[in-house]
Amino acid sequence: MSKTKIDRTPLSGAESVAQAMRQINPEVVAAYPITPQTGIMHAFTAFVNDGDVDTEMIRVESEHSAMSATLGASAAGVRAITATSSNGLALMHEIVYIAASTRLPIVMPVVNRALSGPINIHCDHSDTMAERDSGWVQIYCENNQEAYEMTLLAIRLAEHKDILLPVMVCQDGFITSHGVEGVKLYKDSIVKKFLGKYKPKHPLLDTKNPITIGPLDFYDYYFEHKRQQSEAIHNVRKVFPKLVKEFKKISGKDYGFIESYMMDDAKEAIVVMSSSAGTTKEVVDRLRKEGRKVGMVKIRMFRPFPISEIKEVLKGVDIVAVLDRVESFGAVGGPLFNEIRSSLYDYNNKPKIVNYVFGLGGRSYTPELGRQVFDEISKDKNSKDYEHNLVRYLVVRN
Amino acid sequence: MKEIKIIGRGGQGGKTAAEIIAKIGLNEGKFIQSFPEYGAERQGAPVFAYTRISDEEITIHSDVKNPDIIAIIDPTLIIPKMVEGIKSDGILIVNTNKTSDEVRDHLKLKLKDIYTVDATSISIKYLGKNIPNTPMLGAISTATGLFSLKDVEEEIKHKFLKKIGPEFTKKNIDSIREASKEVKQ
Repeated sequence: MSKTKIDRTPLSGAESVAQAMRQINPEVVAAYPITPQTGIMHAFTAFVNDGDVDTEMIRVESEHSAMSATLGASAAGVRAITATSSNGLALMHEIVYIAASTRLPIVMPVVNRALSGPINIHCDHSDTMAERDSGWVQIYCENNQEAYEMTLLAIRLAEHKDILLPVMVCQDGFITSHGVEGVKLYKDSIVKKFLGKYKPKHPLLDTKNPITIGPLDFYDYYFEHKRQQSEAIHNVRKVFPKLVKEFKKISGKDYGFIESYMMDDAKEAIVVMSSSAGTTKEVVDRLRKEGRKVGMVKIRMFRPFPISEIKEVLKGVDIVAVLDRVESFGAVGGPLFNEIRSSLYDYNNKPKIVNYVFGLGGRSYTPELGRQVFDEISKDKNSKDYEHNLVRYLVVRN
Repeated sequence: MKEIKIIGRGGQGGKTAAEIIAKIGLNEGKFIQSFPEYGAERQGAPVFAYTRISDEEITIHSDVKNPDIIAIIDPTLIIPKMVEGIKSDGILIVNTNKTSDEVRDHLKLKLKDIYTVDATSISIKYLGKNIPNTPMLGAISTATGLFSLKDVEEEIKHKFLKKIGPEFTKKNIDSIREASKEVKQ
């Protein structure tokens, strides 16, 4: 056996997030078990039990209560975290909106799982896409390393004075949450220094400066408060790059709102999120070896949506396939497709664009399917009536 | 990149075996992935666990369709459906008291490299119960040369010494050594 020092630890995606939470050492964590999120809390509660963190762990009776308790703790003025999946997130829905509008910097790892029904425990993005207008920042992670690092970055992003909004850090259920990879964990002391000590702006428990949280807000000011909330989430556009630059001293990585892969001279591109982006990179590598000018764009941050980066990266492309891991019933294509298509509207020479709904309920996305998409759009490039087949379903029985 | 598929039944330790192989790869500075395939979870159902080991970063995140190596740790799962997709120059290691020719005929496989070992008997002999995943690691080591016996032993010590104590750890290691010698092509 080689004796060189290995700086990577074998961890599942869920365990990687739990390690980030250990380093964050939040004052309060409230959670209710739901597969496949359970892996996070399974590992984190072991840290609580072993005294590795000072967290007060609150075991609640439902996800609605988990989000409520987290909101209460955050309003009181401490770092507070919860995690969930699928129907758990759906049950939180009411308080998810309240957390954002109360401007509380809660961080919530979400392990993406298909919403019922029919009941299914596997991955798709129906759960977090249902919260896309809730006012939370949404980050989608490709692999375990990214899930670890984005959880750390999310704390600083949420707590930034120009933002003060909750952040969801999403990863694919089972595919990464239960898949083990070598993860490079940074030293506790270095991470703690990066995270800093949380100084809440308006803690409820500051009795010398009493404030009201959650009052009635009618037609005289509600609209202004919503407008401010909108400003705040757009401030992520300015703040995130600064935090990434600071974090780069630890990670060495340039995390953008998007990640482009072989896009410099690409004529055909797939746009996709989370673990499927990694599989698509493999497809791009294989097709590049055959001399085909293909590339991939991964959306790392879905909210706020990175419109200018998308416009820039897709400028010279002939045709784009947007892959949505969710069905938006009654809409023309999935939510990612609509964002991307809308982003390109102003261009005179805009690329052709088609949508693929894929991977619902954990249906596997393989390199062969990625190749199929590239093969199909390659033909569509010269076709005039591709628009009649704008939204496709990537391998589904009729 | 090497892709390994381990086939067993729920509770037989296929997932642990896949993780141990991944950890050995990681110890050698390679990039790894290890993941089980989750179906409806019920005791005794067939369970597949996968490991990928590569010199380069692994970006692919989908099931292994064409494994380089398949290990069947439950003798009742030696059926053609289980070995579908194995590469033509792949290696199959089977827990059985049959010969590799018998397994080849039974599976209707043209595969050259089929290895057999009676991991169940070895497990019962050393560990007093049927947990064939441990001795199978010794057989996989000999059959594939992917990792050395010493690598497995060190990783077993690392993973289990605290949990099961020195005596049972030694028995595990003895079972691995025997399987590594007994495995036949």
